[in-house]
Amino acid sequence: MADPFLSIQHVRKSFGATTVVEDFSLDVEPGEFVSFLGPSGCGKTTVLRMVAGFEEPSAGKIVVAGKDITRLKPNQRNVGMVFQAYALFPNLTVAQNIAFGLKVAGMPKADADRRVAEMLDIIKLPQMGDRYPYQLSGGQQQRIALARAIAPKPKLLLLDEPLSALDAKVRVSLREEIRSIQKKLGITTIFVTHDQEEALSISDRIAVMYGGKAEQVGTPFEIYNRPATKFVANFVGTLNVLEGTVTDAASGMVRVNSQEVALKGKLNGSKSGDTLSLALRPEAISLGRQPGRDSSLAGEISEVHFLGSVIRVRVGIGGSTVSLDTFNSPATPPPAVGEKAEISFASSDMLVLH
Amino acid sequence: MKQGSRFWAWLVFGVGTTYFILPLLATFEFSLRKRRGEYSFDAYRSVFEDPNFQTTFTYSVVVAIFTILLGVLLVVPTAYWIRLRLPNLRPVVEFITLLPLVIPAIVIVFGYIRMFGSNSTLPFLATARGTDVLLVIGYAVLALPYMYRAVDTGLRTIDVRTLTEAAQILGAGWTTIIARIILPNVLIAVLSGAFLSFAIVIGEFTMASLLNRPAFGPYLQNIGANSAYEPSALAIISFAITWGCMSLIQILSRFAPKSANRPN
Amino acid sequence: MADSTMPQTASVSPRAPEISRLRLPLHWLGVAPFFVFALLFLILPTVGLIAGAFKNAAGDYTFENIIALSQPKLAAAYLVSIQISVVSAVLGALIGLAMAVAVVRGGLPSWLRSATLTFSGVASNFAGVPLAFSFIATLGRLGVATILLRDIFGINIYSLGFSIFSFWGLVLTYLYFQIPLMIVIITPAVDGLKKEWGEAAATLGATNWQYWRMVVIPVLWPSFLGTTVLLFANAFGAVATAYALTGPSLNIVPIQLFAQIRGDVLYNPNLGYALALGMIVITGLANLFYILFQRRAERWLK
Repeated sequence: MADPFLSIQHVRKSFGATTVVEDFSLDVEPGEFVSFLGPSGCGKTTVLRMVAGFEEPSAGKIVVAGKDITRLKPNQRNVGMVFQAYALFPNLTVAQNIAFGLKVAGMPKADADRRVAEMLDIIKLPQMGDRYPYQLSGGQQQRIALARAIAPKPKLLLLDEPLSALDAKVRVSLREEIRSIQKKLGITTIFVTHDQEEALSISDRIAVMYGGKAEQVGTPFEIYNRPATKFVANFVGTLNVLEGTVTDAASGMVRVNSQEVALKGKLNGSKSGDTLSLALRPEAISLGRQPGRDSSLAGEISEVHFLGSVIRVRVGIGGSTVSLDTFNSPATPPPAVGEKAEISFASSDMLVLH
Repeated sequence: MKQGSRFWAWLVFGVGTTYFILPLLATFEFSLRKRRGEYSFDAYRSVFEDPNFQTTFTYSVVVAIFTILLGVLLVVPTAYWIRLRLPNLRPVVEFITLLPLVIPAIVIVFGYIRMFGSNSTLPFLATARGTDVLLVIGYAVLALPYMYRAVDTGLRTIDVRTLTEAAQILGAGWTTIIARIILPNVLIAVLSGAFLSFAIVIGEFTMASLLNRPAFGPYLQNIGANSAYEPSALAIISFAITWGCMSLIQILSRFAPKSANRPN
Repeated sequence: MADSTMPQTASVSPRAPEISRLRLPLHWLGVAPFFVFALLFLILPTVGLIAGAFKNAAGDYTFENIIALSQPKLAAAYLVSIQISVVSAVLGALIGLAMAVAVVRGGLPSWLRSATLTFSGVASNFAGVPLAFSFIATLGRLGVATILLRDIFGINIYSLGFSIFSFWGLVLTYLYFQIPLMIVIITPAVDGLKKEWGEAAATLGATNWQYWRMVVIPVLWPSFLGTTVLLFANAFGAVATAYALTGPSLNIVPIQLFAQIRGDVLYNPNLGYALALGMIVITGLANLFYILFQRRAERWLK
């Protein structure tokens, strides 16, 4: 494995008596796109601001390309940053905004103009150079902010909830655009968000944060399918949680609402009589017996919501309710409320949350 | 870097504060020196015992109250009606309410003296009572920008149109709507405008002096020309009155309704 | 603003035709008192003065009065007035801005900010006769500060040529309401400077000074200019403070006009109207510039 490009080592940050970040470590490969995902107050923005240099860590080290930058001022770090509120300079035109970092660095005007034109092409706003920020939509302003951040060719790109202020539609298209520009330029990027769908869709890796710590770091696939903690499982995606009691630890038998389910090799360390939280993604459950889905539970349909291509069904299993989605098919009528139903799933898809 | 800018901030703030506090302290100290060799409130006592102080101050308070009443009667229905029915007249009304900031008070009163003399069609200046009325009118004009702004801001936060339509649907008439719905809701704003008007009017000198009315402002000026310590005492009293009015506005603003359902 | 008109059109338009026929006069009745009042007590008196400025004693139209404003005494009055107003406006604006920046952005405790704003609200309305009294008690010949400077620091400001009744004395006094007015008006603009702009500039490699030169100063410039001309108009129209401080002796326009209204010292009422017209023109222009600058500033700092 190559040396990490960005290495955040045992970083801590407290403001007075409150600790916002405790012992956070992360290595980021060159060109990698890493998201910090978590609810507000989890410390994700504080870590980003420490990388940018706006906050000084109370302890720990931040290394970029082998150089310790922990105590460097923000204007000596050569990072690009995009803010939630765009933060374009209102008195400068779009072109002047993009040229700001180049001008400050003393780049000759002709070179700077060429670079600005190149940037405007990359963000697909080639005609907008002479406009002022207040004449642009939010999505356009944020693209300009992105262009401004990457124009001086920073070593690192830091994105602080850049999509949160935008409409849902713009949000999706802009996140795809950010990802494609990032890939094209190969720039190492940290992306802070509280939106799990956003993080899943564009990241190489995600650090899920909670209470100032990284709960889990992994690819979107790992984070979604193999959540390491209860928090990650709940925060990322929709989850059905059932309470169960271990009846026979050796053979992996668990009782859920007086029905037995076999969970071979999943109960590591649990004893008979322990209670467990068992979790299932809606897409891992089907209505009725299906090939390859070895476990099943019986219940009664409590709600049916027709959503178009998908029908969301809620099935009561004793005291708990399980949500699942089935595809709409014109030939078969949708299930009716009150019908007895059996749900099936592969026991290997069942997550045991400790 | 941070440390340095904080030093400058404190320095600027310190110098500025000295400039603003020093005259107040000096005036207060001066006002206590009426009795030789020791501090006393003699200057204040002599001010309060002066019958001219009592009459002029009372006169100005009465004029201020009438000014506020006139201002409220003029501004509240107008601002309300503009918001409700004639929004395209708004720029015109706003422009007119800002005119008293453009035309100096001395010019306005000059115009009055020229236009409302004893042998004009509206001879306000022919009688003392008429002149009092004209003074109230002049003060209402001076206070117009502040009154209108306060009330208009108040109306904006409560979403007049929805409230009015809701009241109409429930069968309320116009008097009920204004008195029971609109006024209580903009009361805080109206009171703010009223106190500001009061602060402006109570010691006003130019208009009262040129209209020859026995108001507090001309009295102040007269005292300044004729005695030593009483002016300082009066300056402190005036400052206290202004401070009182502004504090009341601050306190009131805490009770103001926060924007109902529309943030603009 | 734009969205507030929308619900109205939506809710009123279905019944608009009949209402407009039946209620149109009533619509106007609602605002009639205001317009009558404004016409009678604000517009007509002013227009009358302006018209008078272009007439001679016989009532014929003439430019004589306007030309007569250039006679040495009146021209000097305008000059001194403008000088006092410009100096007090520029100093007031600079000091007020510095204090606003110090309080809002200087890292001072936050209670100082609200205390400063409250005090500014009071002091900007504390003009006129009492203010003059305060400054006489402070910096008059026997004022507290004058005596302190003389007895403790050995500086006799009056033998150095200072007088509270002079040009600089007046400027110093005017600053007592000019600086607070600046603070009250400019603070929202300073508030409008977003923290993220500074952070964006820093990540782009700018020093603090580059950030101020390229962003902060240009952004605040329209508000600064606009408020400065407003302070100018504020000082230009001030009568009471100057009159109480210096009596009728100081040759500035408002005091000249005051004396003219009192006793026709120019022996020509129409020249008096011209004097007033000159004031309206100057304060009017100042306000026009204020509005223009403010419009630009708002576009940036919305």
